[in-house]
Amino acid sequence: MTTAIAQPPAREELVPVAAPAAERKLPTKKELTADHPTWCPGCGDFSVLALYFKLIEKRRVLQEKVVSVSGIGCSSRFPYFVQAHGVHFIHGRALPFATGVSLTRPDLHVFVFSGDGDAFSIGGNHFTHTARKNVNLTLVVMDNEVYGLTKKQTSPTSPVGFKSKTDIWGAVDQPINPLKQAIAAGATFVARTTSTNPNHVLQMMEAAMDHEGFSFIECLSECVEFYPGAFDGANPRKGGAFNLVPAEHDVTDEVAAYRLAGEPFPGRFGIFYQVKRPTKNALEARINADYQAKTAGLESWQILARTFEKMK
Amino acid sequence: MAAPLKGNGRVKVRDVVIRIAGNSQDGIQAIGGFLARLAGRSEQDVMTYMTIPSTISGGPSIFQVRIGTGDILSAGDEADVLLAFYQHSYEGHIGSLKTHGIVLFDSDHVEPKPEWQADYRHVGVPISGLTVEAIGGTARDKGKNVYALGLLAKMFDLNVTKLKELIGERFGGKDASVLENALSAFEAGYSYSLGHLLETFEFAEGLKRGVKQVVMNGNDALAYGLIAAGVRFGAGYPITPWSDIMELLRRELPKYGGTFVQCEDEIASICMALGASYAGRVAVTGTSGPGLSLKTEALGWAVMAEVPLVVVDVQRGGPSTGLPTNVEQSDLNIACFGSHGDSPRVVLAPASVEDCFYVAIEAVNLARRYSVPVVILTDQAIATRIEAFDEPNLQKACQELPVDLTPAPEHKPYDLAEADGVARHRAPGTRVLNGIYPVITGLEHDEYGHPTGSPTLHTKMTAKRRRKLQSLAETLPDPEIYGAPEGKLLLIGWGSTMGPIREAVDHARAAGQPVSAVHLRHLHPLPPGLERIFSVFEHIRVVEMNDEGVYGYGQLGGVLRARFCNPKIRGINKTDGLAFKVRDIVERIREEVTDGMRHY
Ligand SMILES: Cc1ncc(C[n+]2csc(CCOP(=O)(O)OP(=O)(O)O)c2C)c(N)n1
Ligand code: SF4
Ligand SMILES: [Mg+2]
Repeated sequence: MTTAIAQPPAREELVPVAAPAAERKLPTKKELTADHPTWCPGCGDFSVLALYFKLIEKRRVLQEKVVSVSGIGCSSRFPYFVQAHGVHFIHGRALPFATGVSLTRPDLHVFVFSGDGDAFSIGGNHFTHTARKNVNLTLVVMDNEVYGLTKKQTSPTSPVGFKSKTDIWGAVDQPINPLKQAIAAGATFVARTTSTNPNHVLQMMEAAMDHEGFSFIECLSECVEFYPGAFDGANPRKGGAFNLVPAEHDVTDEVAAYRLAGEPFPGRFGIFYQVKRPTKNALEARINADYQAKTAGLESWQILARTFEKMK
Repeated sequence: MAAPLKGNGRVKVRDVVIRIAGNSQDGIQAIGGFLARLAGRSEQDVMTYMTIPSTISGGPSIFQVRIGTGDILSAGDEADVLLAFYQHSYEGHIGSLKTHGIVLFDSDHVEPKPEWQADYRHVGVPISGLTVEAIGGTARDKGKNVYALGLLAKMFDLNVTKLKELIGERFGGKDASVLENALSAFEAGYSYSLGHLLETFEFAEGLKRGVKQVVMNGNDALAYGLIAAGVRFGAGYPITPWSDIMELLRRELPKYGGTFVQCEDEIASICMALGASYAGRVAVTGTSGPGLSLKTEALGWAVMAEVPLVVVDVQRGGPSTGLPTNVEQSDLNIACFGSHGDSPRVVLAPASVEDCFYVAIEAVNLARRYSVPVVILTDQAIATRIEAFDEPNLQKACQELPVDLTPAPEHKPYDLAEADGVARHRAPGTRVLNGIYPVITGLEHDEYGHPTGSPTLHTKMTAKRRRKLQSLAETLPDPEIYGAPEGKLLLIGWGSTMGPIREAVDHARAAGQPVSAVHLRHLHPLPPGLERIFSVFEHIRVVEMNDEGVYGYGQLGGVLRARFCNPKIRGINKTDGLAFKVRDIVERIREEVTDGMRHY
């Protein structure tokens, strides 16, 4: 019991996420379904939810081992609709919260669901720092280029000219480019998808889940209520073009990724950038291993007693 | 040197206050620290007080140490000895010296003033020059702090062996010549003959204690208390005077398998700590003034979501950036009430350095027991002052808090059936056998954490969150009264002012004034028993380092007034950014008692 902290028993049973699910019956879509979503019929977010269920099912994840964390917004209602451990946090701050979960619990799959306002406006600073620290978790931003929950104000991704309640004459401020932002901040996995292409969404989610570190997916997700038709140009069924990241693109080439991210709408879909870099989780674990080698076999009160000995 | 006693050629003293004044790069804190730790090792009581310059590149700095053989309650209003390294130290601090006190000055830098010769005993020693001479002239005057320590050691007949041990611990490990130089400087100071200028002193026999003492400041004690309590995750952002705690936790936690994260700001810090707490490892975040303002939204989430958390606020002068390196107790309101909505949380305030250690443990356990955020309010004075206290029984005090993932047949995170309102928090990773998983949320919710706009549920859940604090309050001990159990005047204090208040009560009682004091450690919720105590005193004065406010009483005064509707409650307040001197309180007591109580 007492060596718990030097080698927490909790951690011994906290098997890292890659471990396969044993003989247990795995959850199906039916068991994973919780509240009926409160989204407007036709909202792009439905598709992301359906594919999340599919991901958990397909990747054979135990129900209790997945945590969905969100901030505030239409998209952030997500955790209520998933029958698994969930957190509905405050506006813009889901990433630091999820970092706290990820760093203490290597046995869990941590997913963060966010909106464009939540992730890039109020949460912009956290986006940058979670990316640079390469915290092991997946962030899916359902980008509808508008504030949905608060009913049509300009968002940081609204295009210039978009008429909202806060820009009745059309938005005047330059929107941010989430992919460029992520690359510049040091994200190690940067992808883009659109909710109208379910197979692609699932493919990106799987790749993100397999990635060690901070994986970021920007998912275009139409707000049928306040910005209908925003992404028709990326939907072949609406006469648009769904263009993949070119096969010859080198995902480890930061400059090429940046250039690709700058293509005008509808742009490209797929993985723009992916590199290997030690995660915050691994770096902290290494520091701990080094330190704990020096205190091996000692109970925590004995470690503290050693320190107090020097303060007498 | 309160009461000189006759001795064997030496003057016996019970306690002595030494103020060391110089620039911060002179190692003032270091000699202060040596004296404090020496006192701790000699089973003497000790308390220190220091000012940190708010600029980084040196600047004037002082360290005051009071060493004694009885209980030392405060750092002392006036110094018996002033050690002045520079003219500015001499001129700036002579006022803090007792009449006929000793000013020991570096005659290489200080030009004594003729008009002060009659009031203070001047002893000049060419400290800078002699240090250079002792060390061999290479190190300029670096080391003059240790030289001066040698002088003090001689003057007060301090235990040289123990001091050398301490010097060895401090300077050993480095380049061997560093320790050699330090010891040479110390020896030189010790053998300098003050004999013709000054008598020497000797402390009265120390009280024998069974337990060894540890010597540290309040920030250290709090941080180690958190470690003892089993906290293994923390997150913070640098701000004075909180930074020391985060630096210590960052450095120490890895030894215990824990992690402290330096975040991008205070908001991220509390959010990250909440994430870790939610995940099953009760976490800490901390800050000073401005950072607490930033944390309040997330603090409200912790209340609503019922997630345990410890938040440390090392108070400094406010509002805004205020007085970063001065003391004030003006964050009580934000600690108790900061955040929108009805958001009951627990607020504790340690009363001494030793108390910091134990309050940290209590805070962790209350947070866990009641699934509630607990704010620990310390302040700049308690954070930076060094005290010696009995080494805690670490084997008993230390607790382990492993993550509990025992599967549950069913789980309602917000169960309304519990009479005391407390429902158990279960960490993610816990299997819930009936397949209904909790959502932990800041929206008003039903028992499973799903959103509701139901008027009945909001009423019930609001009551539940409040009831937890009410049931906690019932378990708190009645406050102890210092002094007689009834009388004319009752002083109420909280936090770092306990020492000066108690010393003032001692003074007043010695002068026949019927004064007592109560020191509150639990500020929110308040402990039971206060109503009865208030009824047996004629007047109540809340002593606080904050403004008397628009209505004539400070922040705790306001809380007590609101709670007890008692017009006897008034305030003794001050806002100069300095710790209460005993004299300040004694004077206010005299005004209130002998001049007849002012009636309002
Ligand atoms: C601190 C704070 N400020 C403002 C709000 C109000 N608010 C809620 S959601 C939101 C914006 C939502 O937009 P987005 O993140 O794009 O999500 P969407 O609804 O479009 O999915 C705002 C401003 C809030 N809840 N908290
Ligand atoms: S308002 Fe827009 S984003 Fe929100 S649910 Fe409706 S369609 Fe979706
Ligand atoms: Mg949006």
